[in-house]
Amino acid sequence: MSGLRILVPVKRVIDYAIKPRINKAQTGVETAGVKHSLNPFDELSIEEAVRLRERKGPIKVEDILALSAGGPKCPDVLRTAMAMGADRAFHIDVPEKGDGGPEPLTIAKMLQAVVKEQNVNLVLLGKQAIDGDQGQTGQMLAGLLGWPQTTQASKVEIKDEAGTVEVTHEVDGGVETLRAKLPMVITTDLRLNEPRYASLPNIMKAKKKPLEKKTLADLGVEDTRRLKTLKVTGMLFPVLDFISFLVLALIRFRDAEPPPRKGGGKVEDVDGLVGKLKELGAL
Amino acid sequence: MSSARNLTAALRRARVPRPRLALRPVQFTPLTSTTRTFTSSSTRTSDSRQIKYTSEAYNVQRNPNFAEISAEDVAHFKELLGSQSAVIDGVTTDAADDIEPFNSDWMRKYRGHTRLVLKPQNAQEVSKVLKYCNERKLAVVPQGGNTGLVGGSVPVFDEIVINTSRMNQIRSFDAASGVLVADAGVILEVADQYLAEREHLFPLDLGAKGSCHIGGNVSTNAGGLRLLRYGSLHGSVLGLEAVLPDGTIVDALSTLRKNNTGYDLKQLFIGSEGTIGLVTAVSIQCPPRPKAVNVAYFGLESFEQVQQAYLAAKGQLSEILSAFELMDGRSQSLVIESTGNKHPLEGEYPFYCLVETSGSNAEHDMAKLESFLENVMGEGIVADGVLAQDETQFQALWRWREGITESLSHLGGTYKYDVSIPLADLYQLVEDCKARLTEMGFVGDDDSFPVRAVVGYGHMGDSNLHLNVSVRQYNKEVEKAIEPWVYEWIQQRQGSISAEHGLGVAKREFIGYSQNETMVKLMKQLKNVYDPNGIMNPYKYI
Repeated sequence: MSGLRILVPVKRVIDYAIKPRINKAQTGVETAGVKHSLNPFDELSIEEAVRLRERKGPIKVEDILALSAGGPKCPDVLRTAMAMGADRAFHIDVPEKGDGGPEPLTIAKMLQAVVKEQNVNLVLLGKQAIDGDQGQTGQMLAGLLGWPQTTQASKVEIKDEAGTVEVTHEVDGGVETLRAKLPMVITTDLRLNEPRYASLPNIMKAKKKPLEKKTLADLGVEDTRRLKTLKVTGMLFPVLDFISFLVLALIRFRDAEPPPRKGGGKVEDVDGLVGKLKELGAL
Repeated sequence: MSSARNLTAALRRARVPRPRLALRPVQFTPLTSTTRTFTSSSTRTSDSRQIKYTSEAYNVQRNPNFAEISAEDVAHFKELLGSQSAVIDGVTTDAADDIEPFNSDWMRKYRGHTRLVLKPQNAQEVSKVLKYCNERKLAVVPQGGNTGLVGGSVPVFDEIVINTSRMNQIRSFDAASGVLVADAGVILEVADQYLAEREHLFPLDLGAKGSCHIGGNVSTNAGGLRLLRYGSLHGSVLGLEAVLPDGTIVDALSTLRKNNTGYDLKQLFIGSEGTIGLVTAVSIQCPPRPKAVNVAYFGLESFEQVQQAYLAAKGQLSEILSAFELMDGRSQSLVIESTGNKHPLEGEYPFYCLVETSGSNAEHDMAKLESFLENVMGEGIVADGVLAQDETQFQALWRWREGITESLSHLGGTYKYDVSIPLADLYQLVEDCKARLTEMGFVGDDDSFPVRAVVGYGHMGDSNLHLNVSVRQYNKEVEKAIEPWVYEWIQQRQGSISAEHGLGVAKREFIGYSQNETMVKLMKQLKNVYDPNGIMNPYKYI
C-alpha cells in the first residue's frame, strides 16, 4: 500500500469540564456564552493519527485531514487539530439553528463523500461526541463504505506494508484484539493515548496550514432529519420521582400509616443543634 | 437519553484530574519556627493534643496585667449574648473538645490555652463584649475562619476568642457600582458565589477560600492570586465597620469610591491583624466576572528573559493579564518526581512561567494573546510553550504551579519563606541561598545530604517570591545557615520578610528587618491610642 491517508472528523462541543445547562425552552442545552472545545474522543483520534506518523511504521502517513461540520466557530477546533499535527482541514459549513445539528446518518454520508473524493484509506474517529452521545457515526460510515470497522480502540498497530491493522479494544472482563485490512474505520476510546498540548510553535504553524470551506451540497448530501426533539429536562426530577416512589412503596409494604409527628424544637444554627443533641444525650 | 447522559457525566469526571478551586496554592511560611513546623507537619495525623503550646514554643510569658476569667464573667457573657450557641464555656464546664478547634490552627503549628469562645452576632454585641473585657482587663483574640499562616488568630494564653462566624449576613449588593456590603463572618467562597450569580467577582482569591472569613481577610490584608489584576485590599475595600476595645463602634461603612474627608482611618484596620479593633462588616468594590479565561505555559532560558516576558505581557496583554506566575526548573522537576505527570513541554528549561488572561470577549482576548505569543516566540524571549485548548488543559497547567507546595510536602520537610524583593533581584535570592548551602555541603542528590533542593516560585507579577528549601530531614545546622542570613539578604535590598502572610506570632520579632525604628515606634503609639490596655490580640504583631 502506497501510503496512509487519514481522515479525522472532529466536533466542537461544550467543554467537558463545564456543567451543561438546559435552556429555558427545554429544547436543548444552553450553548451561548459557554466554553466550547474539541470533543475529547476526537482529540484522541488526532493524537493517534499523529502518533502513527511519528512511529514511522511499515506504511508512511501521507496525509492527515481534519474535518468538522458546523457553524462559524468550527475553525477554532480545526486549528487546534492542526496545531496537534493534522496537515490540513475541511470546514463543512452547516448553519447553527440550535437544533442539535445534522443526524449521524447525514454526517456519515458526508464523510463517505469526502473519503471517496480525497481517496482516504483510514478513518479515525471518536466513538461518540459528548454532546449528542449517539455513538453511531463510525458504524454507519463503515456500513456505507462497506469497510471493516473496529470500535472503541485502545491500541492501534499497523502490522505490515500490505495494510494489516491490529486493533485492541476493551470488552467485558478483558481486552479483545482484532485484525483487519485497510481501508478501514476505527473509533477511539479513552485509553488509546494521552493527547499532547498544542505547542506555541505548532499553533503558529497551524495558522498557515490550508483550511478549506465546503458545504453539504458540495458533497452532494442533504440535511434530512428523521428525529424531532420534543423536550430536554434535567435528571433531578426522575430521581425525585424514584425516591417518592420508594417511600410510597415502603409505606404500602408496611401497610400502615407513618407514625404521627411529634412536635419538634427549633435550633438557631449548627452549634445550637450540637448543643441540643448533647442535652438529649445523643452525642 | 439518561444513561447516555450518565456516561458523559462519568467521562467528565474521569477526564478532569482535580478540581482547581479547592487547591489554590496555599503557602506555609514558618519563618521563625521552621523546627516546629516540621515537627508539626509530620505529626499531622496524630492527636491534636500533641501540638506544642505556642507559649512554650515561642517562650512567651503571660502578661500579669490581664485578669483571669471568672465564672461571673462567663455568666455575664451568657446573659449578654443570650443564645445558647453563642458561648462555648470551658471555664465552668469541661468543654475541651469543643474549644480545641478555636485553640489551634489548621497547620497544627500554634496552640493556645483559651477556655472561652464567644460568637457575637452583630457589632452591638461585639461592642458590649469588648467594653466589658476592656474594663475587666480580659485579653481577647478576634478570630475568623482561623486559616492564617502565622498564628495571628490563635490565642497564646487564656485570651477570650471572639469568633465572627455568627456574623454571616450579606447586607447588600449594588450591581451598578459593584459594591458588596457584608458581615465580617461571611465565608469568602460564599461571598464569591453570591457575586457569581450576579456576574461579579470577589477581588480576592486564595487557597483557604472555603473556610476563611472576609473580615479576617481584611484584617490580615490577604494577598492571593487576584492581586496582580485587582490590587490589594487597601484599594478595593471602600469602607468597614469595626469595634474598638472601649466599645466604640466605628461606622466607616462607606460605599463611595471617593471620599477625601479627613484621615482614612479604615486603612488602620486593614492588615492590623485585630490589634486595634475588631472588624464586623466590610464594603468592597467588586469587578465584573470575566467571561473568557486563557492560560499559556512557557519555558525560558534565563531570568533575564522571564523579566522580558513579564514586561511584554504587561505591555501587550495589559488589561486582560490576570496572572503571571514564575516557577523555576527544579520546582517543576520535583512536581514530576512527586506526581509522575508528563510535563507539558518537550525540553527542560531553567525557568517556567504561567500566564493567565481574563476578559469579557473570548475572540478579542485570543487575538491579543496570540499576537503576544507570536511576539515573545519570534523575539526568542520564550524558548517553548503551550496554550491550553480546553478546560482540562487549563486546570492541568495550573496544577504545575499550584501543585508545588503539595509535591514538596510529599518529598519531605520544607523551610518556606514568603518574601517580596524588587523584581530585578527576585531570583537572585534563590541562587545565593543555593550557592551558600551547596558551599556548606548541605545540598546533594543522595540521602547523606540534608537538603534535597533549593527552589523558587511565586507571584512574579507582584514581586512576591516563595523561597523553599526542601529537606530530607530536619537539621538544626541547615536552619542556622538560612536564618537570619535570609532576612539580612532581604533587608539589604529593602525587601519585605512577609509579603502576604502577615506577622502574627511567627514573624513578630523580625519586623525590624522590614520596618525601621521610627516606623515601629509610630505603630506602637497608634496601638496605645486605640488599645491602651493592650487587650486586643496580645503577644503578636508588634
